[in-house]
Amino acid sequence: MSITIEQRRQHRLMTIEKSLAKRHRKETRFRRVGLAAVTTGMALVIILFASILARGVPAFWQSTVYTDVYFDPEVIQLDEKPRREDGETQLAFDERYGAWLTQASLINWQSLIDNAMEDALGVDVESRQLRDLRALLASGERFALRDQFIEKPSLLGQTVEVKLLASANVDVWIKGNIDRSLPDARQQLSPQTREWADRLSDEGIIENAFSTSLFLNTDSRSSPASAGLAGAFMGSLFMMMVVILLSVPIGVASAVYLEEFAPQNRLTDLIEININNLAAVPSIVFGLLGASIFIGYFGLPLSAPVVGGLVLTLMTLPTIIITTRASLRSIPPSIRQAALGIGASKVQTVFHHVLPLALPGILTGSILGIAQALGETAPLLLIGMNAFVANVPGTPLEQSTALPVQIYLWQGNELRNFFEARTSAAIIVLLGLMLSLNALAIWLRKKFETRW
Amino acid sequence: MNVAKKTLGVAVVAALATGVSATAMARDTVQIAGSSTVLPFASIVAEEFGDTFSQFGTPVVGSGGSGGGLRQFCQGVGENTIDIANASRAIRSAEVASCNEAGVNEILEVKFGYDGIVFASRLDREAFELTPDHVFKAAAAQVTQDGELVDNPYTRWSEIDADLPDQEIVLVIPASNHGTREVFEEKVIHPGCESDAQVEGDACVNLRGDGRIVEIAGDYTETLARLDAQADAVGVFGLSFYEQNRDRLQVATVDGVTPSLETIGSGEYPISRPLFFYVKGEHLDVIPGLAEYTEYFLNDMVSGYGSPLEDAGLIPLDEEERATALEQFQARTVVSPE
Repeated sequence: MSITIEQRRQHRLMTIEKSLAKRHRKETRFRRVGLAAVTTGMALVIILFASILARGVPAFWQSTVYTDVYFDPEVIQLDEKPRREDGETQLAFDERYGAWLTQASLINWQSLIDNAMEDALGVDVESRQLRDLRALLASGERFALRDQFIEKPSLLGQTVEVKLLASANVDVWIKGNIDRSLPDARQQLSPQTREWADRLSDEGIIENAFSTSLFLNTDSRSSPASAGLAGAFMGSLFMMMVVILLSVPIGVASAVYLEEFAPQNRLTDLIEININNLAAVPSIVFGLLGASIFIGYFGLPLSAPVVGGLVLTLMTLPTIIITTRASLRSIPPSIRQAALGIGASKVQTVFHHVLPLALPGILTGSILGIAQALGETAPLLLIGMNAFVANVPGTPLEQSTALPVQIYLWQGNELRNFFEARTSAAIIVLLGLMLSLNALAIWLRKKFETRW
Repeated sequence: MNVAKKTLGVAVVAALATGVSATAMARDTVQIAGSSTVLPFASIVAEEFGDTFSQFGTPVVGSGGSGGGLRQFCQGVGENTIDIANASRAIRSAEVASCNEAGVNEILEVKFGYDGIVFASRLDREAFELTPDHVFKAAAAQVTQDGELVDNPYTRWSEIDADLPDQEIVLVIPASNHGTREVFEEKVIHPGCESDAQVEGDACVNLRGDGRIVEIAGDYTETLARLDAQADAVGVFGLSFYEQNRDRLQVATVDGVTPSLETIGSGEYPISRPLFFYVKGEHLDVIPGLAEYTEYFLNDMVSGYGSPLEDAGLIPLDEEERATALEQFQARTVVSPE
């Protein structure tokens, strides 16, 4: 009763068939798990983006009042705008001009706005109702009117249509971001103001216009409706300039030296390990370091983009060094050997052949490092960049905030109904910048990519 | 080409270095930091100040809590230290001592108004009518029951007083970096503690650690977010924050009094505190606009009745207090260390 060859074959086939089915099942299972992981990830990203967009996009449009304002000469009693005379020093002129500006600031611009709003509503407001009337418009608009006049003093005595921002609470009311059925005691606006706001909205005097103030104004607390991102944007820009100017040259130079010239010994090993460790240091630690060294020891100013830039440079350096070294390493040795073979020196080899070929990788790494720095918040909180700044910084040494910090500040604003949307709008702007930086990185890589 | 690049690099570094040293010498904007309760008020004044006086830059206002602000304030004299510290409590003698040690001797105290502290819960829950006694019993680590000192046994408000809502006890309070915490302990916990037979003194502020007390180190938005997540929670807020969010929050009465500008101004509502800022006297003649900012802040049009600050929820000083505050500042009355 020996087992025939045929029987053995049968047996083997059956075993294979069984295990084959098992292997197929395993493969299907793995594919499904993989697909599920990707879908979950995508779904989370989509939910995140959708919620931010849904909340933030409406904030790009803002309730705006279009009304005629009469630049009443009886109210605006102001000397003629000073012109610089021959032989006058800049200093003397500045002083004269400053005095004129102060005089202009003391004019009751609010009364011009009050009159315009009375005309728009067709009412004569008594003084006790003035508060209801003023609640319609952002309080900072009186300065906007002043600036408009300073720009163009010929407006005196004329009636012109101007665009004024409605107050934050009116914006919330008109957009329906507050429950309209709540009783008077729980509403932010008085019944009179709400009625006026609805009337102006019906008549098309209050329109939902694209909010230029979001981009052109600085942060504001006295007049929340005019709060914008200009200051934070410039702050971030200055910081990124410092980061690019410092971290790219230093990072690339150290990577080139370590990779191409440095001898392999214990010291370079130690340096390499430390660079890798540095990349893993939490960013807040760099903030603490920045606060104690740059501000405490070197005496650099608080809240200044230059300090922020220095701190972020420290954070970006390891990323740039590591990516640059990786892209240098990926250049085939044959390139170096060929260059050396025809008599190029080491430096010539590196600078004429290796570095240009490694450029796409270096650029990609640098841009990603910079994009990461752009979104960094924690270290900036420690060097005072979370302060309220109402100026657009003119140099990296003036106080300023940064985009991610502005998001953090608006998120904490007590006027939740208005700033929830504003916060998401700022996130959209920051995300837009990040995405364009990443797109630039991809484009550069594609453009300069060399295939072997 | 390499040479050109090198020159450019050197030029950039040099420009940066000279720029740095140039401005490290002359700061022309006032730098402020401190209490997050004072921050909205100070920011409004800073902004209006900058808009009105074109010759001065708009002061920069940072946060960090009363304690954090005063610590920065006491770091020393010099242009990379702040000029003004905002505080929602008076400076402590230990802080004065550390200030003096660092060379800050002229600490000028400016009181500019009052703020109320309120308890608020979510609008979709029942209203609370609290007394300090209730809050103490809800918050203390140990209370006396039947003559014995026991670990706090209360889990629901209705167990403390049958008139209170039948809700889980969750109290969201500011952490100790906030000046508000000190006022909360002084004006609520200590008075509530008096009715307890055995808990006394410092033991009063020993709060329970079983998760029913949530301490918030951030600002009131974080407290509000807590209330969104935990429907039963009762939060401690500044009156001004509550005023801005009346559509989400309902305020609790304390001793039967509803907090408002009027009841706090008159002293009827028990939990209020003065707000201060501290000016570094050594900087007065160095930083342009510092003295002007302080005097502008105390102007009746800025922080008085009907002013933008009152709209933002500040309880203004009365005429006499305002005059005293201004006089003290102008006379450069220094806070003594005692």
